[in-house]
Amino acid sequence: MAQTKTFGSVFKSGITTENPLIISMIGMCPSLAITTSVRNAVAMGIAVIAVLVCSNIIIAALRKIIPGEIRMPCFIVIAASFVTMVDLTMQAFAPPAINRALGIFIPLIVVNCVILFRAEAFASKNTVSHSIADGLGMGIGYGLALLLVSSVRELLGDGSFWGYKVSLSYAPASIMLLAPGAFLTLGLTLGFFNYIRLRGAAAAESAAQEKQCGCAGCASGACGAK
Amino acid sequence: MGIDFGLLVTIAMMSIFIANFPLAKFLGLCPFIGVTQSTKNAIGMGIAVTFVMLLASAVTFPIFKFVLVPLNLVSVLKTPVYILVIATLVQFVEMVLKAKMPPLYRALGIYLPLITTNCAVFGVTLLNTTDAPEAMASLPFIPGYIAAMVQGTAGGLGFLVAMLLMSGVRERLAFASIPESLKGTPIALICTALMAIAFMGFSGMASL
Repeated sequence: MAQTKTFGSVFKSGITTENPLIISMIGMCPSLAITTSVRNAVAMGIAVIAVLVCSNIIIAALRKIIPGEIRMPCFIVIAASFVTMVDLTMQAFAPPAINRALGIFIPLIVVNCVILFRAEAFASKNTVSHSIADGLGMGIGYGLALLLVSSVRELLGDGSFWGYKVSLSYAPASIMLLAPGAFLTLGLTLGFFNYIRLRGAAAAESAAQEKQCGCAGCASGACGAK
Repeated sequence: MGIDFGLLVTIAMMSIFIANFPLAKFLGLCPFIGVTQSTKNAIGMGIAVTFVMLLASAVTFPIFKFVLVPLNLVSVLKTPVYILVIATLVQFVEMVLKAKMPPLYRALGIYLPLITTNCAVFGVTLLNTTDAPEAMASLPFIPGYIAAMVQGTAGGLGFLVAMLLMSGVRERLAFASIPESLKGTPIALICTALMAIAFMGFSGMASL
């Protein structure tokens, strides 16, 4: 994706091929801690998107000014400012139940690897508009992954979705709402996506062998493209 | 004004076993999954994190009590201040290790910068100050300071215990025959789920 970088392609890769939680496996702590209900996951997703887009904009705008040696502290301070803004905004406007459930995980967004990873890997090397696309794509990709994990956990652990009971006869397995259920759900989710990816890679490999590692093979990384 | 040793033991037990940082509070999971491939690295990382958590607790608690609270800046400045303190401490530990313990530095070099973004360290500073349990928040300065450092150290030790157990499991997993799609992180998370069930057995032993 080196030369043909457009707003759309950067945006899409954050959701699909470079999804932070499913593919890169970063930002795991909040994805396990707050996914007990879909409402919490949506609130967390919005908070992460807000912080990620804002910090990406500022870091991309300042990328030529920030000295290389102290870039990490700079990124962290920029992220911390936006996290504080989001924290105070949520305390003012979000329902108290959500604030209680998210608790320390809102300030903890600042140490969420997604923010710093994108700052280091993308925003510090790209233009502002591409960084906005990257922030939006990565944020939405992360939010969708949170939504997936939380729907599984809320459905199995509470028998409900968005707080509404889905089935009255289902006896909820409350362990899905506790720590073990979180690890189990995320582990199986990652395994499921790995399975799909491996199947796709195997299919692409056989196709690529016919094409002598043509463009189709490179797109899926099956030829070990560097 | 006396120091309540019962409370300190309870805090330590809570942080090491009952509310274990990675397994029950979901803090510090990136290194927990990322650095537990071998027991040696897991121990090194665990010790480094414990040390930084102790230092971070020791530095942030007075800042909270004497700077942020009197100036009424807690909600606005806690995140930037704590994170800068932690980043500085990590840099300091890195320099000390590089000078005094080069082998350990070579083993942990790439993970040390990651401690800055370790939620366990930042999490414990929040749990010592703004989000402290009721029994800790009501203490006067000196006992509160000691309680904060106990929570920091014990939290780090709990992290070390979890890392050690996990790396033992993963060293065995390396020789197991696992479905291709579950190899690596997914199977590690599933094993963590089983360990978390075991750690749930400690709940009810003590509470704050």
